[in-house]
Amino acid sequence: MALLELKNVSKHFGAIHALNDVSLTLEPGQVVGLMGDNGAGKSTLAKIVAGNFRPSSGELKMEGRELIMHRPVEARQHGIEIVHQDLALCDNLTAAANVFLGRELRKGVGPLKILDYGTMYRRAGQIFAELRSETRPRDLVRQMSGGQRQAVAIARTRIADARIILMDEPTAAISVRQVAEVLNLIRLLRDRGIAIVLISHRMPDVFTIADRVVVLRRGRKVADKDVAASSPEEVTGLITGAIEHVL
Amino acid sequence: MDIQFDDGVKRARFPLLAWLTSRQAFWVLLAVVLACIFLSFATNSFATANNIFNVARNFTFVAVIALGMTIVIITGGIDLSVGSVLCLCSMILAVVMHAGYSIEVGIAASLGTALVIGAINGVLIAYLEIPPFVVTLGMLSIARSLAMVASNNTVVFQFGPDHDKLLFLGGGALLFGIANPVIYMLVLALITGFVLHFTRFGRYVFAIGGNEHAAIVTGVPVRRTKVAVYMISALSAGIAGVIETGWLGAVTTNLGAGMELQVIAAAVIGGANLAGGIGTAFGALIGSALIEVIRNSLGLLGISAFWQGTFVGSFIIIAVAFDRIRNWRYPS
Repeated sequence: MALLELKNVSKHFGAIHALNDVSLTLEPGQVVGLMGDNGAGKSTLAKIVAGNFRPSSGELKMEGRELIMHRPVEARQHGIEIVHQDLALCDNLTAAANVFLGRELRKGVGPLKILDYGTMYRRAGQIFAELRSETRPRDLVRQMSGGQRQAVAIARTRIADARIILMDEPTAAISVRQVAEVLNLIRLLRDRGIAIVLISHRMPDVFTIADRVVVLRRGRKVADKDVAASSPEEVTGLITGAIEHVL
Repeated sequence: MDIQFDDGVKRARFPLLAWLTSRQAFWVLLAVVLACIFLSFATNSFATANNIFNVARNFTFVAVIALGMTIVIITGGIDLSVGSVLCLCSMILAVVMHAGYSIEVGIAASLGTALVIGAINGVLIAYLEIPPFVVTLGMLSIARSLAMVASNNTVVFQFGPDHDKLLFLGGGALLFGIANPVIYMLVLALITGFVLHFTRFGRYVFAIGGNEHAAIVTGVPVRRTKVAVYMISALSAGIAGVIETGWLGAVTTNLGAGMELQVIAAAVIGGANLAGGIGTAFGALIGSALIEVIRNSLGLLGISAFWQGTFVGSFIIIAVAFDRIRNWRYPS
């Protein structure tokens, strides 16, 4: 049974059909590269999975059960985590504070609760070690490299046991060496059985790391196949419309 | 590169020193201490118990509000209404007590007014998304006008049956000859520091100032936190108003006029960053202390009071320039 299944999902904003009859499955331990030109519907699809939008029609199923979400918090509760393109980090806070942002651990009795710095530092340290990142929990994010910042954003998905991670352009604005770091992080997560949706413009990244590639064009799914059975040329053709569709 | 290398070595050898020198409040504290030492030798009147008592008490009113202002500034906001809110709260206290009610009722009415005003500011800023500058500029005008309405623009100096209690509250010295306002200020500073560093609310305050968008997407209750922040700021103005009324023994409708600028100056000199995300309770106290020491020393050294603005203004610019220079290491 698929971990997450989208069945005939459409999303309309007034007369604009942002997403049209898209069906998609995510399997545990699989990386799906989601590609398409600007305005193809990638972010609309991501926002539906993330609980920002409800589909106009169609349904979402998690392990066969219907999944209805009204707010992003509900997606988190179902184990769906998002790594935003801008990473959504606070430069003025430490790595650990960013990892636990909005989900701070506290100790104390009743209403008298204080932040549990010790446990948060320790747990963040464990997650960074697990991600093979050199990021130190007490360092300010302001002083970090692009790869370290990415590690902090990804570490967030590890404090709750995420089963699905949506990554929005994780390699768009970082150096070549850091891209390799991020791809390694994605491999680590995949090996733990997490389903990953990689939204990306970068063909090499998708062909290096993804198991499947899904192409959207003008709100429709025009391809969904194993990476091994496709090629960058074919995907480029699908994105631009030179190739109509291959399903 | 040389600077970075030296800095790395220094940090490795003296972590405490490196931490201290990275704090703006530390340098301002140093300036205050040096000024005090200089004044002790240069004048006969500075290091007297009487003068120290006065200096310590005089800056508490600004310092108490600067604590609230610092929290607002950390979220990236500003509250221009504090001077007027102080006046309105003083006037409510005075009018209620003058009418024959007890000091408890007077203080409750006064601080209740502060919380309502703060809530109005906060809701307009957080939910209607009107810029804080505009909302609190409007409230600056409204609160002072309401103070005039409440008192019919008269001076109130008789506070009913609890008159003496109120004067002791603001003018007395309960512990070891330390002026009461100084004790309130220290207690409030400890509470502020605790809230900022050990509570989830404090963490949210820093997160909102650091990256509001990130705070929203990670599930921080940004709007509720902002409303609370402006309520705290108004409450701090209300508390300062109650204490100042007790000290002065009279309330006029021009009380606290222009005080918002002194308060913001104190917070900024103490290291609060107007862009948001940075600030400390200790800095708010030190910034306020520096302004008062400058004011006091000019008087003792026989320099015209007209120079006061020049010195305070220069310190605002120097403090921020200093911060810029230190941050050249980390280009954003």
